Amino acid sequence: MSSLEKNSFLKSIQFYIPTLILFFSVLNEFNLNYLNIEYFSFNFVFILIFYWTLKNPLYLSYFIIFLAGLVNDIVIGLPLGLSSFCYLLICIITAYLRNITLSPNFINDWISLLFTLLLVNSIEVIFLDLIFSIYVNYTKYFVNIGFTFLFYPIFMVIFNKLEKRIRIRKND
Amino acid sequence: MAESRDDFVIAVRSAFLKKANKQKFSLLTLILLSLIIIILGSFNFKAIQYTKKGINELVYRFTYITSIPENYITNSYFKISDHLDLFNKFKKNEILLKSLREKELSIDYLILENKKLRKLIDETIQSKEIYAKVLADNESPYLKSIILNKGSKDNVKMGMAILDGSYLVGKIIEVNFTNSRALLLSDLNSKIPVLLEPHDMQAVLSGTGQNYGIIEYTKEEYRDAMKGTVIVYTSGQGGLFKPGLPVGKLIDENDNKSLINFFSDFKQLDYVKIVSYEIGGIN
Repeated sequence: MSSLEKNSFLKSIQFYIPTLILFFSVLNEFNLNYLNIEYFSFNFVFILIFYWTLKNPLYLSYFIIFLAGLVNDIVIGLPLGLSSFCYLLICIITAYLRNITLSPNFINDWISLLFTLLLVNSIEVIFLDLIFSIYVNYTKYFVNIGFTFLFYPIFMVIFNKLEKRIRIRKND
Repeated sequence: MAESRDDFVIAVRSAFLKKANKQKFSLLTLILLSLIIIILGSFNFKAIQYTKKGINELVYRFTYITSIPENYITNSYFKISDHLDLFNKFKKNEILLKSLREKELSIDYLILENKKLRKLIDETIQSKEIYAKVLADNESPYLKSIILNKGSKDNVKMGMAILDGSYLVGKIIEVNFTNSRALLLSDLNSKIPVLLEPHDMQAVLSGTGQNYGIIEYTKEEYRDAMKGTVIVYTSGQGGLFKPGLPVGKLIDENDNKSLINFFSDFKQLDYVKIVSYEIGGIN
């Protein structure tokens, strides 16, 4: 009986893994977005939100993403609401992609990610540089976009495996 | 043509307005909410400031807790590398200690002389120190800052200097009730008035977002004069920092820019001093 309860608890926990990873990523000091390595950084949170909201928005609720954005702004020191806005922009694009896509295709998703990254980062730079007058390094943004784009397939493989596990457990 | 345009509009409308299963808010609502927060935040709207302070109190503590495993790994790495370099460091330190002992004697004399001269012009410097623990150090491309466990309840105020030992590392830019955020000298937006010694040259030290700073606003011809060892101290101009706080050392001339190596290692900050000072006796 207790093992059954344990199992159902594990199942529900597994469903929240993407949410837990998201909050761990935004709360942790170890920021993959800035690894202190010259010309190397990538935005793990963008990949995470893009993948899971494209797959199924049930895994990461929009309100949770909004909250994670607020937390990220506080931790990083960005103007409050900016990360939430950027994260939700990704959600809009993925929602649009889901609506127009009949059969999901890796190449399409990957190219859409590049477009998403360029758009979201451009909006972020416009807000930071032009509205809040915070000096930003454009090279770092380009490097960040490049590596985020390149790393997507690696994380996609990992997340695909995780998603399969969650789905199987959920269907048990 | 019209059909495909209709499809696009339907897809966009659906993406914005449709609440997927179990979603409590539509994307449009949340997007509008974040835009309102950004706009009100840019006007320093009080309600947003208070909300931010409230979230800060919670989030900074959580950041400290979630960073414990990562900090443990980093500290272990530094401990191991320190042990491996122990012998070489000991040899170097022995030589350094000898020369420092010699210098100490002349420094003692200079301190006494300085005190006497200050008495003569009736000038006193009173400083107040608060010791604080670094809760988190966040290095983002936009902000190089540290979060400290002392806030307005400990009388921490905006603009107070942050010292690592006797070296300047930054200043307070945000004060909450139980914690505060300090902007490091290495941040892109950090600019402090400094004095280049022994040339007695006033300049501005700017952060670069990297582990070094650059000297700005000096004339080209002055740059040629900067030869030998140049130490950077705070000049005290503008009354922000106490004059004479050591900041760093001139290391290189790169693309006509004078690079400054900070004395303090900002990645290793654990405990710091929050300092305010007051110059008395000046009319």
